[in-house]
Amino acid sequence: MSAPTTTVRLDKRSAPRGGGGARRRTAVARWLPLGPATALLLLFLAGPIVYCVVIAFTDTQLSGQESASFVGLENFRRAFADEGFRNAVWLTLVFTVLSSILGQNVLGLGLAVLMRRASRPVRSLTGAVVVTAWVVPEVVAGFLLYAFFREEGTLNAITAFLGLPGQNWLFTLPILAVSFANVWRGTAFSMLVYSAALSEVPDELRESAQLDGAGPVRRLWFVTLPLIRRAIGTNLLLNTLQTLSVFGLIWAMTRGGPGNRSQTLPLYMYEQAFRNSLIGYGTAVALVLLLVGGLFAAVYLRLLREEV
Amino acid sequence: MRRRGGRQRHAADVALLLVAGAFLLPLAWLVSASVDARADLRASPPREPTLENYRAVLTEEITFTPMANSLLLCGGATLVTVCCAALAAYPLSRYRSRLTRPYLLTILFATSLPITAIMVPVYGLFVRVELVDTLWGTALFLATAQLPIAVWLMKSFMDGVPRSLEEAAWTDGASPAQSLVRVVLPLMAPGVLVVTVFSFVAMWGNFFVPFMLLLTPENMPASVSVFTFFGNTGSVLYGQLAAFSMLYSTPAVLLYVLVSRRIGTGFTLGGAVKG
Repeated sequence: MSAPTTTVRLDKRSAPRGGGGARRRTAVARWLPLGPATALLLLFLAGPIVYCVVIAFTDTQLSGQESASFVGLENFRRAFADEGFRNAVWLTLVFTVLSSILGQNVLGLGLAVLMRRASRPVRSLTGAVVVTAWVVPEVVAGFLLYAFFREEGTLNAITAFLGLPGQNWLFTLPILAVSFANVWRGTAFSMLVYSAALSEVPDELRESAQLDGAGPVRRLWFVTLPLIRRAIGTNLLLNTLQTLSVFGLIWAMTRGGPGNRSQTLPLYMYEQAFRNSLIGYGTAVALVLLLVGGLFAAVYLRLLREEV
Repeated sequence: MRRRGGRQRHAADVALLLVAGAFLLPLAWLVSASVDARADLRASPPREPTLENYRAVLTEEITFTPMANSLLLCGGATLVTVCCAALAAYPLSRYRSRLTRPYLLTILFATSLPITAIMVPVYGLFVRVELVDTLWGTALFLATAQLPIAVWLMKSFMDGVPRSLEEAAWTDGASPAQSLVRVVLPLMAPGVLVVTVFSFVAMWGNFFVPFMLLLTPENMPASVSVFTFFGNTGSVLYGQLAAFSMLYSTPAVLLYVLVSRRIGTGFTLGGAVKG
């Protein structure tokens, strides 16, 4: 977890800055290596974001009409009045809460807690399987879970074996199926974050709580969880940010369907911008997504800064 | 006390094995379907074991061209990312200015922005500057998308290289550029390897960027071309899809194993991977 928890620290060992022409020249030379990275970031990251903000307020279309005109907040007004957009917002919310906040987070924590108690071979085996699910490319994960949830797939074979009624999961509960898929794919991250965090909780604290007569659940709730709350915060934010931008996984499983019943914001954005050729409108949707993401990112940044 | 510990251990083992089993089922389908002549969507031992699926997909059109495209796209982009990140990390790690902190905070902020959201304007931009459907343009964008986290990681690793070693090189008359290439980077070779492999694996699995920015089938990397198995005919050759997916996933898994061994606990990367 060095990346997110590494605090932003300035190098205090460097020589003090000076003035004068020669010094300025060395200063320029010193910072020159920053050039290529900065240029790329400005061109391909900052540029598109600015462009995103601009065309979100126009009626630009894919057909490339001569002049796109400024339409103000029209795209946003239209979005919030649009059934499809509200559906996408709702599904994104369901998808995020189910798969990231509940699924990946809780299952990841559970696995990390269990792994501390389990025997070594079981621990390694579970770790390897869960991490493999995470390392497999996104669209492959999509196909795997598609096969798993299809009417003639593995899940129904299991329910039939248990004597339970099967169903066409991808048709009846598509958003649930893609949420499970995201849990399958993303839990490893939480598991690793929490394993790292738990290994830093001193054993004495738990032991003394045990001597005081606290059971495992109370120990977890009152001793361990408060101690790893930073890891929880970081993990929740990163999970949420990642889940907000999931596209390939859902695309491979349902393409947003049936109808638009698993069409989260990224898929809705894609459909509006490219299927319906409404670049301006699609970009307005993208801007909403970007703002939500930016907000989470800002909170994340705050969280890390407090650690300084 | 000991007996209770033993019981707890057994309970934990059983619970973990159940979860592992659930996670394993979809993966088991992939492996067995890829060697099954009569593969369907159900995970089961191969009914008719065969290597025919692999033979069928190992052709120029289905496997070699998309894989070569992936390699070109991700290899090129990784090279750009790692070089730019190493260069940028050096002044950020070694010199001090009042801009360092804002720059680093901006980088950190950028690591968590949803790249998916800016793909529509990026597409618009690429059409304008006629970069759309070019492998090098797409590679540059992939490189940029990976750059914030790469710079951040590279700087963290570089901070771990003691300055005293570098100062020895300076007294011998080495320029900062020479000391970066000859002293600092070799000393942080494991870190550079981690950033390289991590960037490459992230790009290798990226679907949305090439899906948006590339148009002609001959340019498509494996992450996009895999959808051609779902042709228009309606019948999908699941065995071949599984075989291709195996071939496409293997480099990512192998590289991950390589790196996770190196970094011991397997988890210095943290947020990196999500970014």
